[in-house]
Order: sequence, then structure tokens, then C-alpha cells
Amino acid sequence: MDYLKAFVIGGLICVAGQILIDKTKLTPGRILVAFVVAGCVFSGLGWYGKLVDFAGAGATVPLPGFGHNLVKGVIREIDEAGPIGILTGGLKAAAAGVTAAVLFGLLTAVFFNPKEKG
Amino acid sequence: MLKKTGAQTVLMREPVSIISAAAITGPQEGQGPLSRYFDRSTEDMQLGCKSWEQAESRYVEDCIKLAIQKSGLLDTEIDCILAGDLLNQSIGTTFGVRELNRPFMGLFGACSTFGLAMALGAMLVDGGFYQHVVASASSHFCAAEKQFRFPMEFGSQRPPTSTWTVTGNGAVVLSREAKGRFPRVTAYTAGKIVDLGVNDASNMGAAMAPSAADTLIAHFKDTGRAPEYYDLIITGDLGHVGGELAVSIVREQGYCLKNYSDCGIEIFNRETQDTHAGGSGCACSAVTFSGYLYNCLTEKRMNKILFMPTGALLSTTSSQQGETIPGICHAIAIENEVDS
Amino acid sequence: MMNNSNLSKDRFLKMVDKASPNSHIFTNCLKAFVVGGLICVFGQLLSVWYLSLTGDKDMAGTLTSVSIILIAALITGIGKFDNLAKFAGAGAVVPISGFANSVAAPAVEFKKEGFIFGVGAKMFVIAGPVLVYGLAASVLTGIIYYFAKL
Repeated sequence: MDYLKAFVIGGLICVAGQILIDKTKLTPGRILVAFVVAGCVFSGLGWYGKLVDFAGAGATVPLPGFGHNLVKGVIREIDEAGPIGILTGGLKAAAAGVTAAVLFGLLTAVFFNPKEKG
Repeated sequence: MLKKTGAQTVLMREPVSIISAAAITGPQEGQGPLSRYFDRSTEDMQLGCKSWEQAESRYVEDCIKLAIQKSGLLDTEIDCILAGDLLNQSIGTTFGVRELNRPFMGLFGACSTFGLAMALGAMLVDGGFYQHVVASASSHFCAAEKQFRFPMEFGSQRPPTSTWTVTGNGAVVLSREAKGRFPRVTAYTAGKIVDLGVNDASNMGAAMAPSAADTLIAHFKDTGRAPEYYDLIITGDLGHVGGELAVSIVREQGYCLKNYSDCGIEIFNRETQDTHAGGSGCACSAVTFSGYLYNCLTEKRMNKILFMPTGALLSTTSSQQGETIPGICHAIAIENEVDS
Repeated sequence: MMNNSNLSKDRFLKMVDKASPNSHIFTNCLKAFVVGGLICVFGQLLSVWYLSLTGDKDMAGTLTSVSIILIAALITGIGKFDNLAKFAGAGAVVPISGFANSVAAPAVEFKKEGFIFGVGAKMFVIAGPVLVYGLAASVLTGIIYYFAKL
């Protein structure tokens, strides 16, 4: 059942992105920004946490989950360390993901070359 | 006496012959309908070079050398090379022409560059300034994607209105003293910049269609010719969307185009090749002319062609600043000398 | 400005809309749904497995993200991510795999411009804005939360 919920919710979030791609002239970069920011907003309103409880990876794997993770980190740090948490919480929570993306990006550039299409 | 006629057109007085033409393309074009007309289609787009940009220069150098070789002239008999491409500061061209040791004039007309080079070359020859001139233009799919859109490995979907940048180079040798009969450049209608507010960089054909229509109407008015005068009227890279739009704009002005096509439509097979609205880029019109159309003229399957390379004069900076896409189109009449 | 065709911008833009084919939105959405959903199911599998290994829910979530990022970077490197995204669209781009691809793809492409200003700088052409506005939004949310709590 958890897997079905992850599939449906994760799929639906992607469909929202697809509609934006096809119906608006937004470039993928802008869509990524919009989804992360939307994740922050919905998380702040307390909605995204509920979606994560319901759908698990279906809500955490899509990019709004990244925004949710940032906000969750900020709120936890504020609770534990006070106002400085506003500045430290986001990156603390996202540290592994961001560092992994940068490191694996770098390694990809070391080991691979761009390939042509067609 | 002035050679200009009407508002935008010049007529050549002297016979400006196209004494040779060469087209070298990438693999995608080599699988397209015009494949057999190209001198060579490479197996990949890298050509053993370190970067896409260097590979583009390689197409430029090889193709210009081939065009000169086919003309039977010595390198030293070429008075000037007129050429350009899409990359910033035209590096595709400059690094390709670098080793050729000939006088060089770099041109930018976006994808209309080949037309600009041919027209200016013809005027230089007609004017008696030069004897033999090379006109050339290139583009490279990967180099253009990298500069204008996304990295090759970036995941994105191409909208159905988008076009596919042609990889390759087309070059012709223009000459005043031809030994034998060759197709001649007889008239040139210089295009104006026309911008009707399209800002979608994935729909360049639509952005350029009004400029093509504008130049075509000017050409008819200036020369008094009707569409039927030509065996073929062919635009540069409007593709399926822009081509349809250009035809309807011109129709509203009372000109019915029955003999119309577009290089971007001819060069790829829409059904079997994943190229969406057609081909684009400087090389689209350059290789289609230097390969296919030049062959049609020399084989006398066609005798009068109005060749109209189109260009979208945008940059990544102007796009990001929200500017619309200005279009331009240069029309060149190329005709076989007919026995009277 | 009057051009030779006497065509107004408004009317031309209407002609453009009519002449331009639309994307096949239904099939695109279906493909995005299936592929995006499957990536999430894979994430769910991973997180269950990591949870059983570590017993820590946060750790399991982090390891899941890192794993998907690693796999997406690898698929980008071997030159298949663009094919996947061409098929699945947002289904490949919206999951965290899209973020990893947006870092790895320019890193590979701009290698020719050197490791400092090519790879190092261009890596963030797409991911940079995501981090900038993600962090800004989280800080803003944090400020509101802090004052609301007082």
C-alpha cells in the first residue's frame, strides 16, 4: 500500500510539472525553482509534512520534498537553537543532498564526456 | 549607373557565376532526404576534435577547401572569403578560416548568413572589385545547443515547434570569368529587420516568417516579377510552422506561392527523423543550396530559383532580457543562362 | 512600424498560435506519471531498506536522496538521462534525479572550458537558482515561524 501511495502521489506531482512544461513557456530551470519554492511554502503551511506522512517517498523524492526538507530543518533548528536556526537549519538538513549533487556532478565531469544526439 | 532597382533590390550587370559548390554535413543530415547531394556526411559530429566548436571549424575548413578544389582554382586565386556562423564572435568560422591564408570578411546574419555572404560576394564580383570570392556558412547542432539551449546531457523535451540545428558547412565559389556555363546570381533583395512580437525561442520559424514574407513582397514589387517567374522559391530555415505562416502572409498580399519550399523542410524527413518542425541554423540553407539546389541548377532540372535564407537575430542575453525575436531574410535570384 | 505585408502584431500572433502544433499533453502527462511514480516507488523501496539497516528515519531519507542523486549523475554521465527525460519529461526532471542531472549535465558539457570556470562555475547554471530561491524561501518561512512562535 505504501508503494502504491508513493507511486500515485509522486506521479501526480510529476504530472503537475508536465502540465507546466507543455502549457506554459517555462524552461525546466524555472520549473525546478518553482517546485522547490512551492515545497517550502506548502511545508511552512504545514501541508507538505502531512503529504510526506501519507505518501512517503512519493512526496520526499520529488523536488518540493527538497524545499520541505529545507523548511523542516529551519524549524527544527529554531526550536533547538533559537533564531540562528533561521540561517543554519536549511543547509544543515540539505547538506548531504547538496554535497552529493556537487560531488557526483564533479566526478561525472571527471569520468565522462558529452555525447552527441541523433 | 546605379544598379539598385526599387526599394531594396540590386540587379547584377555582370555575369556572376557560381562556379563550384561544396556541402559537408553531419550524420543526421546524411540520413535525410538530401543525403546523396552532399559531398560528404560525417559519421559523427565530433570529427576527432576536442570540442564541438573545434569540430565546427573543421567543417568550415574542409568545406571551403573542397569548394575551391572543385572550382579548379588555386587557393591563391581566391580574392576573399566571406563567411559566418552562429557561435559568439563567429569562432566557428574564424578558427576554420585561420589556416587558409586568404583575405577574410566575417559576417553575421544569424541563419541568413549564407545568403548575406553570397549576395555581398556577388556584389563585390559584379562591382569589379574581386575576381573570385568564396561565400560560406556553418552551424553545429551540439555547439548551438550548448550556446543557446542546454548542455547535451541535460534532460529536456523539445516542443513540436522547435527546429533542429543542421550540422555542417556549405560553400560556393563566385567568379566573374567563368570558363563554361554556370548558374548565375542575377539579383539580390536585401532584407529589413521585421519583428512582429514572437518571443518564443522554441518557435523561431514563426519569428522569422514575417521577415521572409516582407523580403519576398519587396522582391516582387522591386523587380515586377510574379511568383511564377521562378521554378522554386525557397526560404532558409522557417521549417513547417514558419513556412506555412510565410505563405499565408504573402497570400494576403495577393501572391499565391505554388512553387514554394523551405530548406528546413527539405533537409530532414519529418516522419522518420526526430527533428520536429524541421532544420535550422546557418548550415541549413548553406548545405541545401550547395548540395541540392546547385545540383538542380547545373542539371537543368530547375533554371530559376529565388533563394531566401532567413535569420533570427536574437542572443541568449536579449532573450533573457525579455526581448522579442527580430527576423531577417535575404533573397537571391539564381538563374541559368537560357538560350535565346 | 509598417512592413511590406501590413500585418499587425496582434493578428500575426493569433496566426502563430493557430499554426503552431501543441504538445501531446495527455500522453506526455501519462509518461510523466508512470516514470515519476516509478522513481518514487524506487525511492520508497530504498528508504524502507535503509530504515531496516540504520533504524533512523531521517538517515534513511537522506541516504535515499543521495542514492538517487548518485544514480542520476551516473545515468547523465553515460549519456542516457537526456533520452529518459525526452521520454518522461517532468517524470524524470521533477524528482530529485532532475536536480542531480541539472548539476551533472553542465559540469560534463563545460569541461572543455576547464575545471575551474567550466565545470566549477557552470555546474550551477540551473541548480544555482534552485538553491538560491530554495534557501531564501526557507529563511523567509523560518522568520515567519520564529515570530509566530513568540
